[in-house]
Amino acid sequence: MFKYTIKRVLLMVPTLFGAACLVFFLLRMIPGDVCELRMAGEGGYVDEDAIKTCQHDLGMDRPKFVQFVDFITGFAVFDLGESMWTGKAITHELGLRFQLSLQIAIMATLVAVIIAIPLGTISAIRQDTWLDYAVRTFSIAGIAIPSFWLGIMIILGLLISTQAWFGEPWMPPIEYVSPLEDPISNMVQLIWPAVATGYRYSAVATRMTRSALLEVLREDYVRTARAKGLLERIIINRHALKNSMLPVITVIGIEFAFLMGGLVVTEQVFNLNGVGKLFVESVQNHDYTMTQALVMLVATVFVITNFVVDLFYAWLDPRIRYS
Amino acid sequence: MTELLKIQGLKTQFFTSAGTVKAVDGVTYDVEEGETVAVVGESGCGKSVTALSIMRLVAEPAGRVVDGNILFQGNDLLQLSEEEMRKIRGNNIAMVFQEPMTSLNPVLSIGLQLTETVQMHLGVDDAAARARAVELLGLVGMSDAERRLDQYPHHLSGGMRQRVMIAIALSCEPKLIIADEPTTALDVTIQAQILELMKNLTRDLGVAMIIITHNLGVVARYADRVNVMYAGKIIESGTAEDIYHNPKHPYTLALLKSVPRLDQPRGAKLDPVEGQPPDLARLDEGCSFRPRCRYATDACAASFPPTELIDGIHYSACFHKDKLDSPMKEAS
Repeated sequence: MFKYTIKRVLLMVPTLFGAACLVFFLLRMIPGDVCELRMAGEGGYVDEDAIKTCQHDLGMDRPKFVQFVDFITGFAVFDLGESMWTGKAITHELGLRFQLSLQIAIMATLVAVIIAIPLGTISAIRQDTWLDYAVRTFSIAGIAIPSFWLGIMIILGLLISTQAWFGEPWMPPIEYVSPLEDPISNMVQLIWPAVATGYRYSAVATRMTRSALLEVLREDYVRTARAKGLLERIIINRHALKNSMLPVITVIGIEFAFLMGGLVVTEQVFNLNGVGKLFVESVQNHDYTMTQALVMLVATVFVITNFVVDLFYAWLDPRIRYS
Repeated sequence: MTELLKIQGLKTQFFTSAGTVKAVDGVTYDVEEGETVAVVGESGCGKSVTALSIMRLVAEPAGRVVDGNILFQGNDLLQLSEEEMRKIRGNNIAMVFQEPMTSLNPVLSIGLQLTETVQMHLGVDDAAARARAVELLGLVGMSDAERRLDQYPHHLSGGMRQRVMIAIALSCEPKLIIADEPTTALDVTIQAQILELMKNLTRDLGVAMIIITHNLGVVARYADRVNVMYAGKIIESGTAEDIYHNPKHPYTLALLKSVPRLDQPRGAKLDPVEGQPPDLARLDEGCSFRPRCRYATDACAASFPPTELIDGIHYSACFHKDKLDSPMKEAS
């Protein structure tokens, strides 16, 4: 188990290095740069020398290789540098946004798991009954409905229902407060986007739970468990669910990593200042350092999530643990 | 000896898009206490479905027992509630399956899989269940039992896994063990060991056993009584002696001649059973073995031959049972 863990940790390094290479060179293949955009973005005439000076100040006139080494070594010691667009430290720009996105991702995952595993299990056990059809309809809807649309509906629903009941429309707060400072207003703000994204997320996981469990329920060892005269509850929980969780955990892991950088539109709808919005802005601004930092951040979250998923695998399946 | 299990006119059917499959079609046999009864037949003749019907583990709603009685110690298992039946499974009637590689749960330890049955039915505490598990592993001839309990199925070979399955089956001291092709998936040398083990344990512990097999060689050495099944029906039954030396059904005879034997002269040709088993969804009124039978006449197509007594407990369902050659004469 220890060797397995070490091996998995070491495997993260080449993955992150690959991501770093890709983002670094791809960004520089896009025509234009931050200086041209800032000075000549409006289409007016700008002195060549001014752009050169700007590029020199930002270190963009150095050879690509030197810039790359600079970026990699910086990342290795967690020094992300300054944003090329705002000039502020990237860690400062990221701070609250990362915290917010991470919190939504975690909350959406919790929402998804709490909905998906019981629903998927019920759906599989009661296959082809009205209960199963209801769950499947619910989850198909979750996949079909875009999160941002559901978000708009949630906000509208909140406004209309509070208006109708209390005579005063109410909306979740817009200002983000850390859960450590004021957990209640933090929750009141973030539960809605978490539900909006968690619903779609849960739909994917519900379907995965259902199909994985149905497959496991046909296995010989489940028949053995029945032949032993075990309680149905034990057969499902001990013999079937543990085996069917592997694909479900994979899906949960992938979705979680996606939520970290992929919530651009949902963030807009709820007016949240998260990583997704920052991502789009930094690409539009040709903000190399910021985009690189964000890609590496998301890649790191992805790699760590995968690592956690692998640990879950090993915990669930002794064949992985002992090989 | 007293009667333990009595199956009367059991019919189990599967409702598929291709029609109703009569997997078990009026099977009647009984098992006395401590006795070993074999059910022999080709793949797909309904022998495993008979076993699953006794355990009430036929996959519903696709399959269902539609008729018959299964009396276990006088109670009809088919009339019990699901909860009452659950208390019998693994406790009074245990089962050993064909495929040891997939019949144990890969993610649970051997110890857990052994102790859970005891804890479920006998309500003993963890320590007592573990002690029982160690004892059981010793009983089925596994060394180093303490260590085995913390291992997982993938640590064990096929033969070892089947020993664990047997230990699980024995754990609550059942009255009856149903072994569904327990050795088919194993190496020949291991097969003999496992069969010997099962025979000795059931004899020593006084457990009755239904052994389901397609291998007549198994039957000869281990069964007190033999039922030969074909297309969902028992077409001949009797003692192992009857079946071996005096078969009274062309199918039994054909099966015997298709198996190589040491007591035959060298160079004697094997005589396979020609053709395929019939489609169980398309059976007609007549004898289902008719298309493959060299004795078949028009009478065989008109109706299914009745099961008639030959002598003792030897029964056969064939119109031509008296015209059959002896297997020995035929072979030489």
